[in-house]
Amino acid sequence: MSVSKNNDPFWWTLFGAGGTISAFFIPIHVVLMGIAIPLGWFDTMDYDRYLELARHPLARLYLFAVISLSLFHWAHRFRYTLYDGLQLKHLEQYIVVFCYGIATAGTFITVILIFSI
Amino acid sequence: MESVTLQVLRYLPEEKSEPFYQDYDVPFQKKWVILDALNYIKDHVDGTLTYRWSCRMGVCGSCGMMVNDQPVLTCETFLETYLPGPIRIAPLSYFAVIRDLVVNTDDFLGKVKRAKPWLITDELKPVTEGEYRQTPDELKEYKQYSMCINCMLCYSACPIVGLDPEFVGPAAVALAQRYNYDSRDDGHGQRNKILMDDDGIYSCTLVGECSVVCPKAVDPAGAIQRYKVTGAVEWWKSVVMPWKSDK
Repeated sequence: MSVSKNNDPFWWTLFGAGGTISAFFIPIHVVLMGIAIPLGWFDTMDYDRYLELARHPLARLYLFAVISLSLFHWAHRFRYTLYDGLQLKHLEQYIVVFCYGIATAGTFITVILIFSI
Repeated sequence: MESVTLQVLRYLPEEKSEPFYQDYDVPFQKKWVILDALNYIKDHVDGTLTYRWSCRMGVCGSCGMMVNDQPVLTCETFLETYLPGPIRIAPLSYFAVIRDLVVNTDDFLGKVKRAKPWLITDELKPVTEGEYRQTPDELKEYKQYSMCINCMLCYSACPIVGLDPEFVGPAAVALAQRYNYDSRDDGHGQRNKILMDDDGIYSCTLVGECSVVCPKAVDPAGAIQRYKVTGAVEWWKSVVMPWKSDK
């Protein structure tokens, strides 16, 4: 099958995956960890149990996916915001490096943080 | 008789280098569409006014114009909607204007042609083997996209077309999908080459205005989104299984 010479399908896949996963899961985290638990709306586990949970391999994988893909979602969207919103498409190569560079750096930092929990 | 004012954007390159608005008062009739009012001007007020139209029933796709900044088919847009007026009429946005309300369609038609909106078959069946049969479900797969009448309203509604004139645009992708989803067609590899490259489907940021203004409910935005998914799957396949990417 003939495919594109450029990498847009690759970035778009990360964008699409990031959009889906962040739309589904980030609101849950905001409500639970940002509002409900700090306000003590219900009894919950203590900090050590959370730590234990976060160290589970599946939890690490989940955190990695949510954080990294959300960053790539942002990167792609911000790239096109700069292209179309600020009409900076002539700076395409710098914008691409800047946006996806931040997401890639963020992904590395995420890996380090997840394994140092 | 009640009348309504039409402010028509005119461009007469042999007289003036800049386009200008000209006001025309036309009698208001409840049954009139914008095109009827333009025809009234042409027949009774100013024979020099130039615009395209043909079928006056929303089929030919010739009479698309900007009415109060919205791209519409003037043959199915009633004067009454815009009362008391004035009603501002301009040529379709983002197209080069030839004269008055007539735009140059060459660029658009070139994009449509690049999308290869015709049946491409690897092997032609001999006539003796009979027809290419299709089930109602197979027809349903592409029928919606086959309703496109090339009226170009979607191009005038698309801000990406406005910013990037090279962008292939909504109708061309919808027409490509009309054949990609046809069970008789083998051409989607050829269409991919054009539609997945720079200024192809991934330039679309899903604003969705193309589907809002489409007079035939083709949903070009949906066609583009579906193409992005197909394109992404094929891109990943070509990375994971490069030996299958020879076609």
